[in-house]
Amino acid sequence: MNPGEPKRTVVLQGIGVSPGVAIGVAYLIRRVDAPISRYQLEDKSLVSEEIRRFRKAIKDSENQLLEIKRKFKDQEGLETLYILDVHIMILKDKMLIKQTIQNIEDKGVNAEWALRMTLDKYRDVFSKVDDEYLRERISDVEYAGQRILRNLAGVHHETISGIGDNAVVIARDLSPADTMQMKVERIQGFATDMGGKTSHTTIVARAYEIPAVVGIEKVTTEAKTGDIIIIDGTAGAVIVNPDPEIIRRYEEKKRHYAMIEDGLLKHARKTATTLDKHRVLIGANIEFTEEIPSAVQHGTDGIGLYRTEFIYINRDRLPTEEEHFCTYKKVVESRGIRFSTIRTFDLGGDKFISDPRLAAEMNPVMGLRAIRFCLREVDLFKVQLRAILRASAYGKTKVLFPMISGMEELLETKRIFNEVKKELKRDGIPYGKDVKIGIMMEVPSAVLIAEDLAKEVDFFSIGTNDLIQYTLAIDRVNERVSYLYEPLHPAVLKLIRQVVEAGHKTGIEVAMCGEMAGEPVYTMVLLGLGLDELSMNSLVIPRIKKLIRSVTVKECRKLVERVMTFNTASEIEFFVRDYMRRKFTDDFEVAD
Amino acid sequence: MIVEKTLTIKNELGIHARSAAMIVRALERYQSSVSFERDGTRVDARSLLDILTLGCPKHSEIVVRADGDDAREVLECLEKLVDDKFGETA
Repeated sequence: MNPGEPKRTVVLQGIGVSPGVAIGVAYLIRRVDAPISRYQLEDKSLVSEEIRRFRKAIKDSENQLLEIKRKFKDQEGLETLYILDVHIMILKDKMLIKQTIQNIEDKGVNAEWALRMTLDKYRDVFSKVDDEYLRERISDVEYAGQRILRNLAGVHHETISGIGDNAVVIARDLSPADTMQMKVERIQGFATDMGGKTSHTTIVARAYEIPAVVGIEKVTTEAKTGDIIIIDGTAGAVIVNPDPEIIRRYEEKKRHYAMIEDGLLKHARKTATTLDKHRVLIGANIEFTEEIPSAVQHGTDGIGLYRTEFIYINRDRLPTEEEHFCTYKKVVESRGIRFSTIRTFDLGGDKFISDPRLAAEMNPVMGLRAIRFCLREVDLFKVQLRAILRASAYGKTKVLFPMISGMEELLETKRIFNEVKKELKRDGIPYGKDVKIGIMMEVPSAVLIAEDLAKEVDFFSIGTNDLIQYTLAIDRVNERVSYLYEPLHPAVLKLIRQVVEAGHKTGIEVAMCGEMAGEPVYTMVLLGLGLDELSMNSLVIPRIKKLIRSVTVKECRKLVERVMTFNTASEIEFFVRDYMRRKFTDDFEVAD
Repeated sequence: MIVEKTLTIKNELGIHARSAAMIVRALERYQSSVSFERDGTRVDARSLLDILTLGCPKHSEIVVRADGDDAREVLECLEKLVDDKFGETA
């Protein structure tokens, strides 16, 4: 790969054991776990030499652990120090030593192989233990065993104290001795190949409230030191070398995560109904099915935006219809949600297949992506549509088409959609009878002809991120123009109002699923503009619900009328922030 | 002298690494050979690893057998550890 070429994005799934989002630079702890070889001891006299080596490695291991214990005595809680004592006892365990020496003597093998045999035997015995917590104590046996093996190999130094700030630590597994040598409070996140809900990494990560995903199986082979890496400890996902768009989504998630307060969850189960009895539907934006339980817990009415891109990313071949179907079925039949809005593929084609025809583009956000790409690669598009329709037989499903810029695109999309429906019907494959179709309102040209488009669809969903950047002509990746990105720009507000009015005139619902929908400071403005549904990161739902329940639509409309009299974004921004601060004295900070 | 008694584990976590370590340490003061039996598997009570392999959660029963001059003391000591829930606070 050329140095200038972007690195391949890899998405890995594991067990999310400590919630939260971390975005940082990977630091891979690579152990010199050279595969252990078996040597047959040719001479009986070598047996005593192997036993001597084994005993010395145990002694060395013990001394190292005692040294770590001494060094960190003052810094750590007693709990972790105690674990080191347990590891020392395992090193010196009478049965471990006895069996290993017996293996050396009886089988005439080298100390490494003899110890491996003993460890494997214990792994086997532990795996049969019913109690999960006790079963996972095999990890303590492994930590101790690995240390002896390293000493047998003559490897003494572990340079893990040099981990810098903002590091996301990647390892096969982390032992207490490992974590004690790190400045854990400065670590952003953990991702390990091994581990479960009660393993050491999990306990440490939870104690320090650091996002962690364990049991990923191959994170140490996929991530290298220096790679940008995202850890989503809530969804159990790890993304290596994410592209700027994905990083931005996760920065938003991270911000929301930091905002949740303990008391807010009690607002979660109540409906988002204003004081004057106006109900707003609340949706959750998700990208992994694993996020659904958390979204339900945070009080979502349904899935307002399921981004399907991760089904495509990080694969050698295209996902099959069956793979699509299984994922969508899981989404629509999830407990506790009333509807699922599935958005069709919304990236450039370069994201999932190495097709030379789809070379990287100069300006990808305006290039061949989303619905444009799907209309060109109809066969690929149909696979996804068939799967969504098949899944719709299992729960209320809405299909959302991204980046529609005009009527022709919409009609062509509908034609293909109906064709797929007809094929399913012909083949006798069931699908939902009442599948709603909608379009993202994110291209300004679509907004200008919203009244016509409204007659062809069942709902609109406003994607503010793209709408803002297309309307204000800002390249979001270009930091020199990012100051122009203003959600409360009068032009943006007028476009939103136009979409809502066009939708309501035709009698269809208008949702918003962009970042703006999840920003509490904008909530009253959005209610005043008349949106029917707000879809957001689930973590922010309780806060938005609390806010909606404490206002009237009447005052929101008045606020919007006032806002529309200003003609600069900065005046509006200042006015709205000031208004929200006065109204909710505790909830909005002065600085921003 | 051989003494045998069934003990019921009372602490939340069962015989985990920490409690097993306490057992092994406590036994260092005695001469008797000591074994634990659970579901037909018998292990040496002086090996932390072997104790762990029994996988004893809360409410499980183990048969303790001590053989030696101080067998009675061994049993008293173990009984006390189990009754004290190995010092677990919760």
